Amino acid sequence: MPAVSKGDGMRGLAVFISDIRNCKSKEAEIKRINKELANIRSKFKGDKALDGYSKKKYVCKLLFIFLLGHDIDFGHMEAVNLLSSNRYTEKQIGYLFISVLVNSNSELIRLINNAIKNDLASRNPTFMGLALHCIANVGSREMAEAFAGEIPKILVAGDTMDSVKQSAALCLLRLYRTSPDLVPMGDWTSRVVHLLNDQHLGVVTAATSLITTLAQKNPEEFKTSVSLAVSRLSRIVTSASTDLQDYTYYFVPAPWLSVKLLRLLQCYPPPEDPAVRGRLTECLETILNKAQEPPKSKKVQHSNAKNAVLFEAISLIIHHDSEPNLLVRACNQLGQFLQHRETNLRYLALESMCTLASSEFSHEAVKTHIETVINALKTERDVSVRQRAVDLLYAMCDRSNAQQIVAEMLNYLETADYSIREEIVLKVAILAEKYAVDYTWYVDTILNLIRIAGDYVSEEVWYRVIQIVINRDDVQGYAAKTVFEALQAPACHENLVKVGGYILGEFGNLIAGDPRSSPLIQFNLLHSKFHLCSVPTRALLLSTYIKFVNLFPEIKTTIQDVLRSDSQLKNADVELQQRAVEYLRLSTIASTDILATVLEEMPPFPERESSILAKLKKKKGPGTVTDLEEIKKERSSDMNGSAEPASVNASAVSTPSPSADLLGLGAAPVTNSAPPPSSSGSLLVDVFSDSASAVAPLAPGSDDNFASPDLASSEVVSEEPADTVHDADELFHKFVCKNNGVLFENQLLQIGLKSEFRQNLGRMFIFYGNKTSTQFLNFTPTVICSDDLQSSLNLQTKPVDPTVDGGAQVQQVVNIECVSDFMEAPILNIQFRYGGTFQNLSVKLPITLNKFFQPTEMSSQDFFQRWKQLSNPKQEVQNIFKAKHPMDAEITKAKIIGFGSALLEEVDPNPANFVGAGIIHTKTTQIGCLLRLEPNLQAQMYRLTLRTSKEAVSQRLCELLSEQF
Amino acid sequence: MIKFFLMVNKQGQTRLSRYYEHVEINKRTMLEAEVIKNCLSRSKDECSFIEYKDFKLVYRQYAALFIVVGIDQTENEMAVYELIHNFVEVLDKYFSRVVSETLNLLCNIFSLSKLW
Repeated sequence: MPAVSKGDGMRGLAVFISDIRNCKSKEAEIKRINKELANIRSKFKGDKALDGYSKKKYVCKLLFIFLLGHDIDFGHMEAVNLLSSNRYTEKQIGYLFISVLVNSNSELIRLINNAIKNDLASRNPTFMGLALHCIANVGSREMAEAFAGEIPKILVAGDTMDSVKQSAALCLLRLYRTSPDLVPMGDWTSRVVHLLNDQHLGVVTAATSLITTLAQKNPEEFKTSVSLAVSRLSRIVTSASTDLQDYTYYFVPAPWLSVKLLRLLQCYPPPEDPAVRGRLTECLETILNKAQEPPKSKKVQHSNAKNAVLFEAISLIIHHDSEPNLLVRACNQLGQFLQHRETNLRYLALESMCTLASSEFSHEAVKTHIETVINALKTERDVSVRQRAVDLLYAMCDRSNAQQIVAEMLNYLETADYSIREEIVLKVAILAEKYAVDYTWYVDTILNLIRIAGDYVSEEVWYRVIQIVINRDDVQGYAAKTVFEALQAPACHENLVKVGGYILGEFGNLIAGDPRSSPLIQFNLLHSKFHLCSVPTRALLLSTYIKFVNLFPEIKTTIQDVLRSDSQLKNADVELQQRAVEYLRLSTIASTDILATVLEEMPPFPERESSILAKLKKKKGPGTVTDLEEIKKERSSDMNGSAEPASVNASAVSTPSPSADLLGLGAAPVTNSAPPPSSSGSLLVDVFSDSASAVAPLAPGSDDNFASPDLASSEVVSEEPADTVHDADELFHKFVCKNNGVLFENQLLQIGLKSEFRQNLGRMFIFYGNKTSTQFLNFTPTVICSDDLQSSLNLQTKPVDPTVDGGAQVQQVVNIECVSDFMEAPILNIQFRYGGTFQNLSVKLPITLNKFFQPTEMSSQDFFQRWKQLSNPKQEVQNIFKAKHPMDAEITKAKIIGFGSALLEEVDPNPANFVGAGIIHTKTTQIGCLLRLEPNLQAQMYRLTLRTSKEAVSQRLCELLSEQF
Repeated sequence: MIKFFLMVNKQGQTRLSRYYEHVEINKRTMLEAEVIKNCLSRSKDECSFIEYKDFKLVYRQYAALFIVVGIDQTENEMAVYELIHNFVEVLDKYFSRVVSETLNLLCNIFSLSKLW
């Protein structure tokens, strides 16, 4: 490129610019500009043909005026004319004008494209460069449509100059980013990969950027780039500092190219070829070694460039997550940076270490730096560095250091920056729950959280503490005592009042024996806070009061007095008023028995993913930190929830729709008229919410259940010999991916099913239809579980009426609880008398392990990370089988979803494959499952791979799913 | 990936901006104002990387001039940080008569330089 403004400077332009600069006022400037515009317009319109130089000068002035912020509505044509000039400076100004003032005027676009085409074909490298820059600068879809096919050819042509290749690679990259669909893949792709071998490092740099972006979308096509990138990288890192001349930056050979190559390698798993792999390991070791060598220059630029490469190398090591030795070395290197005097390095070290903590190989090594990190939390002056320290503490936390880390986070919370308080609160709450060995510690921690940062404790946090206290009876007494003491403080946070109100309402009786916390004292304490609280909290306290009426009959009158007071009964807020009126009525007219039933202690909550975790995820997006949590959770499910003492019995499931009301008043006859809970009343609504389907009330069996089309249309009559197990596998397998339909049918009897499952619980409605006109007598269906099955599956059935009239149907409910994973299916045996003959038949009941699936959505990256983590051969089960049904992608998708796992789109690099993920919930444990189904249309075969943390589960799921396709 | 490249003076005026991802003109102004506010409020003790919305800012200060680069999460912060310096050195070489204290001025010239 020519140096600036020498020789061919346009004097007129310089004068104009200095005129504008000298303008004293905006008005003067506008006046000067208008004068110039009029001048240019007359020149353009004049009879005299303008020479190239004048055209260039005037176009330049227009451009300058435009950049000052004025509209330009003419001169485009003159600029386009400049494109066809043979002088570099004229052409350049023409392109500049086009790039800045691109106009969708169709006529001009055609002319412009034509000029660009000519320049691309000109074989003059400078002109080609200008044209490519223009295409890239505009980068529009129209440009992509016109040139996306042309540029790859220029890029890989043997005779293209280096500088043009460089521009072509970057131009193509730009077009690919804006309109990937318009860049055709083809022969050129393999030749582009070979640019990594180019002699010119500029070409290599540009090509690496292009290949990295392309490889992210089409990994298969660019697989060969791995070995080329490794050998190029190896040549760079082993070169002497002077070898690369222009590309050596303060004695560091080609730092940016190294970074790019290392990033390209992160698009792929570790190389399979041992030679390539060995060479890469050598490179990475060299980079790590260089970090320990004395610097070749004292200049900060030298160490910055070196460290840039080092950090990218560490990213690659973490990405591969396969070389324990490198991982530990990376961790030690970062450990040194943690104490470096440069803030930037401390920040980056904390950030990288956070991802290192998630690798099983380096988790322990990361933990050794705990003191340094805690110190960073205390002494760092930069909030973003402190934030990284918090993240790292969270990532390195496990059972061994949880108490220390939680204590430090709580400490820090007192002085923490407001912007990160909520996140710290969530993290503390999650860690405290997850690593609680002793639940008194958990309760203390959460109450401390509320005390220190009550404003930042979101609803989810205090909902969660209540869920846990309710589900664990060993901590209830302690919780009641602790909240009671905490409430003594003269000023306590409203969230504490909520927790206190709820817990005392449920478990106040556990501490009422102590005269210091007698019922009346408890009540007075809560009521002293009442008037300071917001409406939702007051509503909650009213519910606590009515619970007290049940728990402590001796203070009933005191409470009734309070409820009766005008401030309650005539409260302006409808919700409060209604609660006061209804509770007062309830306490007056209901007998002790009814009160005891209505105000019974809350049943345990069904276990589910912590809503706090969900919130943190939402806050952070899919970050590595939270993913780790998930993985840990799937690996070892010894967390509190699953090993729950109070059994979630079938009655909990059959509790009518988890209403938002604390008391489940919907079930109470007296308050049947209660309107649906208003927003202020739905304090605990989130506690129940999991997914819409989980909240949907179980439809109690009614006649219309039987009217499902499946049942009505099945008129098939078949002769069934009595007393056989109807191992009708087809029908059984039909139910693996669906929950409703006909299970069995013969001349006499039709059995229909309707079932619902959530978490580890389920409920199945069995409909027995008498197809004859004669009564069935002694009708006795029984569900039989083998001994093995009994220990892993809890089934509770209610007996049915022994007489089934002709044409009638009866319904039976089976409540199901999955205790642990199981193989077989229970048997449904039915005996009855029909017209004097005894009938006995058995069918398999389709309760299969996959029914306890909860789908899990995850990104491609997460999926493969987890996939890798389940690489133990015992965890994987694979089956290759012939397709039994037509291979239709949509049907397959529906089946995978019906199977219960999430169907993950755009995860597998091959779009024809299906991948899914989910968690099997059993009472004792949760098992993460990943599945991948690869159809081979030609051979009409499928390959199904299941990876779960438990061999038997992989096996069973694979069996079940293989039958489906 | 680099999302944008800004040169902003201490008064908060943008001297040069280059976007590698489409951003609407009016949003650019807002973005630039916020970005510079974020950088100006930082002290020397603080690190040169700022998490901002869903991306990161890497900045360096040269006298009264800030160079701020917006990058996505996968970009190497340190490499970009040093790239800024490399860029400034290139400018310095290219406009040989401009000394670094007058980078502010240089920037004006740079944006105009395309015109000559």
